[in-house]
Amino acid sequence: MKETMPKTDPGALSMSRRGVLAGGAATAAMTSAPAAIAQEAARATAPAPSQPAPTMPVSLEVNGKRQNLTLDTRTTLLDALREHLHLTGTKKGCDHGQCGACTVMVNGVRINSCLSLAVQHQGDKVTTIEGLGTPDKLHPMQAAFVKHDGYQCGYCTPGQICSAVAVLDEIKRGVPSHVQADVSARPQVTNMELRERMSGNICRCGAYSNIAEAMEEVAGVRA
Amino acid sequence: MKAFTYERAKDAQGAARAAAQPGAKFLAGGTNLLDLMKIEVETPAHLVDVQDLGFDKIEETREGGLRIGALVTNTDLAADARVRRDYSVLTRAIVAGASGQLRNKASTAGNLLQRTRCPYFYDTNMACNKRKPGSGCAAIGGYSRQLGVIGVSDKCIATFPGDMAVAMRVLDAYVETIDAGGQRRAIPIADFHRLWGDHPEQDTVLKPGELITAVTLPKPIGGKHFYEKVRDRASYAYALVSVAAVIQPDGTGRVAFGGVAPRPWRVEAAEALLPQGAAAVTARAFQGATPTKDNAFKLPLATRALASVIAQSKA
Ligand SMILES: Cc1cc2nc3c(=O)[nH]c(=O)nc-3n(C[C@H](O)[C@H](O)[C@H](O)COP(=O)(O)OP(=O)(O)OC[C@H]3O[C@@H](n4cnc5c(N)ncnc54)[C@H](O)[C@@H]3O)c2cc1C
Ligand code: SF4
Ligand code: FES
Ligand code: FES
Repeated sequence: MKETMPKTDPGALSMSRRGVLAGGAATAAMTSAPAAIAQEAARATAPAPSQPAPTMPVSLEVNGKRQNLTLDTRTTLLDALREHLHLTGTKKGCDHGQCGACTVMVNGVRINSCLSLAVQHQGDKVTTIEGLGTPDKLHPMQAAFVKHDGYQCGYCTPGQICSAVAVLDEIKRGVPSHVQADVSARPQVTNMELRERMSGNICRCGAYSNIAEAMEEVAGVRA
Repeated sequence: MKAFTYERAKDAQGAARAAAQPGAKFLAGGTNLLDLMKIEVETPAHLVDVQDLGFDKIEETREGGLRIGALVTNTDLAADARVRRDYSVLTRAIVAGASGQLRNKASTAGNLLQRTRCPYFYDTNMACNKRKPGSGCAAIGGYSRQLGVIGVSDKCIATFPGDMAVAMRVLDAYVETIDAGGQRRAIPIADFHRLWGDHPEQDTVLKPGELITAVTLPKPIGGKHFYEKVRDRASYAYALVSVAAVIQPDGTGRVAFGGVAPRPWRVEAAEALLPQGAAAVTARAFQGATPTKDNAFKLPLATRALASVIAQSKA
């Protein structure tokens, strides 16, 4: 499943289209992403031709704390968290909804913070990795990732952990998945379910099987 | 990203009026529009956010069907008990698409209106009639493994890439809208996505500022429901070919294909051949197909995917 995420398969357009086109060959999707991000960052910071870019006030409740900001309307929720609130736990991988590194919970539900404008979240409750636990008081999922070696470099980890916490809640709430034989039945915590539900979080280091084990422990099942 | 102003619409007609202005666009989840704005394939000057319009409910209709609000998320639609029981082809199609995070944000209307995934459409250095009318089509003669095999034109060979709409096509859904003048209409899903013809820049029959308010499903049709999606990965990838099907106990049924055409591809005269087997159906459904050397494999793949569905329906 996720381990087979192709690095050179040109058919995987959602992952590798820039590699295919920019390189003229099927280059690795993840290695082409930084160039694309740099290009976009340059565009975003280029001075606006005539008037200054429109700004708007936004107030968010981040990890239980009210935050009032005035932002360029273009600011994504991800950039608001990282650049304006200095909550750098949430990571930017692809900036295009393809990797899951930016996963946070908004009003209890996981989303990709890179594909959402901060102004869309007026009044919303946002939980980031910093809000789940602290170094002396880890969230059970954080502790389980440590115990099961659910990471190597750690770059995808904040997104993986936010996603993992939300996935167990989604299963509890009965949200169906692609791997259920009968979608009208209640989903169970199985290894297959966890892997399918975590497919929106890519790990360059390939920690997938350990992540699933950490999740199983938190869910109280052994596969 | 180009600078833009942003407003939250308070009522449907007001939203339609605001979005009918030149350079304005609706914003729902943002998972497709923002992606395209970042690479300046889309460059709206004004965004009309429709999240506060109250279109986030699924209600039963007087005819015994369901009315799905335009802002219902993909997750909520897939998880609805009535949809899982009576229209499970729709649940199956939705959960086969994107990722859990994206489905939590993606809306019903936004999903129908997601733009093609043709790689050249995303690359502003390449010719693309859909992105820049009259500039040519880099995919024709270029690399076209992912692109369309039928219903395409000599101006554009892209596909509509989504999954949910393919299931809605076999369910004969209607797309309900309101325009800036307050006029409402219900568009059969069969007519909603355009064939590209000479104007690939127009994906659908919607007019500027026309707001989708809901999608309605007629009353349930029973049968066994399937969504078979063939892709390069087991999860989190667009379809190379997909098959949405509802098969009745007597072997008759309805079939639509995804990943092959500018719209969910359903040919009623072809599905009438279901009792004769998959090859008979696809021979008729793909009559007149114009595959490229890169994507000709989609034709046998469609037959095999349908054969698998038919086998499962008999199990
Ligand atoms: C990495 C990735 C993988 C994906 N994989 C899949 C997949 O496998 N299968 C699949 O089907 N999809 C897939 N998607 C696409 C995803 O489903 C769409 O991005 C999503 O459904 C769009 O919904 P939205 O609400 O975010 O739309 P938005 O981005 O907000 O809007 C999309 C368009 O619809 C218009 N619009 C929105 N609401 C209305 C309305 N009420 N009336 C009129 N116009 C409106 C907007 O102006 C815009 O043009 C993927 C996306 C990503 C980023
Ligand atoms: S196939 Fe369509 S979308 Fe792709 S390059 Fe040609 S015109 Fe553009
Ligand atoms: S940064 Fe990759 S999904 Fe958001
Ligand atoms: S731990 Fe390195 S990317 Fe996942």
